Amino acid sequence: MTQLIPAFDFHQVIVAPWSQDAAGTFPIVLMGFLVGAACGLVGTFLILRRMALVGDAISHSVLPGIAIAFLLTNSRGTLPMFIGALAAGIVTTLLIEIIHRKTRVKQDAAIGIAFTSLFAVGVILISLYASKIDLDQECVLYGEIGFIGLEEGITLGGINFSPQLIRMASVTLVVAALILIFYKELLVSSFDPALAFSVGINASVVHYSLMCVLSAVVVSAFESVGAILVIAMLILPGATGSLLSQRLPRVMGLAVLHAAMSSVMGLHLATWLDCSIAASMVVMGAFLFAFAWIFSPSQGIIQRFIRSKPKLDEPPADLPAAEKSAVG
Amino acid sequence: MDSKRTSEVLSVPTPQPPESAAEVPLEIHDLTVSYHKKPVLWGIDVVVPPGKLIGIVGPNGAGKSTLIKAAMGMLPVSSGWVKAFGKPVKESLTRIGYVPQRESVDWDFPVSVMDVVMMGRYGHLGLLRRPSRHDRQVVLECLDKVKMLPYANRQISNLSGGQQQRVFLARALAQESDLYFMDEPFAGVDAATEAAIVTLLHNLRDKGKTILVVHHDLPSARQYFDMLLLLNMRVVAFGETKTVFNYDLLQATYGGRLTILSEVADAVHARESGNGR
Repeated sequence: MTQLIPAFDFHQVIVAPWSQDAAGTFPIVLMGFLVGAACGLVGTFLILRRMALVGDAISHSVLPGIAIAFLLTNSRGTLPMFIGALAAGIVTTLLIEIIHRKTRVKQDAAIGIAFTSLFAVGVILISLYASKIDLDQECVLYGEIGFIGLEEGITLGGINFSPQLIRMASVTLVVAALILIFYKELLVSSFDPALAFSVGINASVVHYSLMCVLSAVVVSAFESVGAILVIAMLILPGATGSLLSQRLPRVMGLAVLHAAMSSVMGLHLATWLDCSIAASMVVMGAFLFAFAWIFSPSQGIIQRFIRSKPKLDEPPADLPAAEKSAVG
Repeated sequence: MDSKRTSEVLSVPTPQPPESAAEVPLEIHDLTVSYHKKPVLWGIDVVVPPGKLIGIVGPNGAGKSTLIKAAMGMLPVSSGWVKAFGKPVKESLTRIGYVPQRESVDWDFPVSVMDVVMMGRYGHLGLLRRPSRHDRQVVLECLDKVKMLPYANRQISNLSGGQQQRVFLARALAQESDLYFMDEPFAGVDAATEAAIVTLLHNLRDKGKTILVVHHDLPSARQYFDMLLLLNMRVVAFGETKTVFNYDLLQATYGGRLTILSEVADAVHARESGNGR
């Protein structure tokens, strides 16, 4: 009889990864955290700007960008990959805008058209030149975070910091720095683009810059978590953060915390079930989201249930709505 | 000098002598704006005098909001130009304050009342600068002027419609501008807030600021504004309220819309019976 769920061995699942396997565990968890933090910080603004779907779109359309860059330069070097992805991201953003503006197609449909077409082009390119391109489709879709720490890099304290890890760390730091530096521009153009204009901030420059940063983050996260799971990394941290706080700086702090927790918890889940590490991190991220949804002090299910009781004596909740309709 | 200009304000564009042009807060010349090749505003010519509270009224779809957005350079225009304080409007943005429609933003956004009002200071900060103590001081004073100081640290989704509108006004005050565009600041607010906003606008006007307000309600338009701009794709009339608020011009503005026409009749009637005041 095979067991559906492997037995939970505390030592093997919780202790071993941090004792005898620490040199292998640490880079993976760190990578998961760096990807989650960079994606989460950018994703918080995507959510606020109601552009979560654009993150989805860019994560897919990066594929043809990488494939074309690979075919042109015949290398998997960082720079061509970055430029290819960046170009693809900008093309996607422009394509969405053009379809949306020049036709009667609404924005959500325009997003659906733009990224699926580009993604399909990427799939064709990869399958056409599969022999030449060292990118297999499975890896592109789901990533392979387990291999991230293998390449020789800088060794510090017995832990090998592979070039991929160092690259991701720089990307995450740059993203954090950019958000810190341009916080007020991002804030006002997300909240009220019209006011942004009147205080001399060009909302479309902010928009395209954010799209560039998003493309850069997505392509960096690509190797480790792939095109599909990166969407979860973009949305889950910010969404969880915004359930727990109503102040943007705190939401972003919580998004980073979410990235750290889902990375660690995901690693243990993957060790226990012996399954995909990236997918486990996303599953734990979703679990944390559900946890926040239930227990949030301000908008959690439990809190709402508790608060809804004394409210029975108050006037019915539809009063403001009635007031609103009378005005309109 | 101000009073002299005031008396010659009427809709017809008059070429301004260059040295006094800097005094004109807003000059719109032959402005045409189209959406999908259909014109929504057509040949708008307006020279706005300083220190006036001006209502922009007209039926739904008359292009009132479009006019103020186009005047600020927010929309692409098919023809014409806009000058503010004698310079192209994009160069005068720091002297222009804006209050968008309340529904145009997401009030669930994770910011506090204070954060929103601070956005009004961003035009004075420039790139890379953080708000200083002076900016915080200005923000608190502006919140106090709209009686929202006790709410400074509230999350904005916990506010009523009237409170939200006061926050937007405080933000416009924090912009410390000389020319204001306000898009329906009275929409959906309680009576107390409406009265407070009117007082505030009159105070601003008395300090020499020029304020253009998109407004929906005809009877109150007559009471609130020094001048009215009657708009229906074109400028039907622009002048002192007591001059342009008459049946013929309002009918020309609102056309055959019967319900509005009766409202116009009521408003004119109210005006005539209230002449003694």
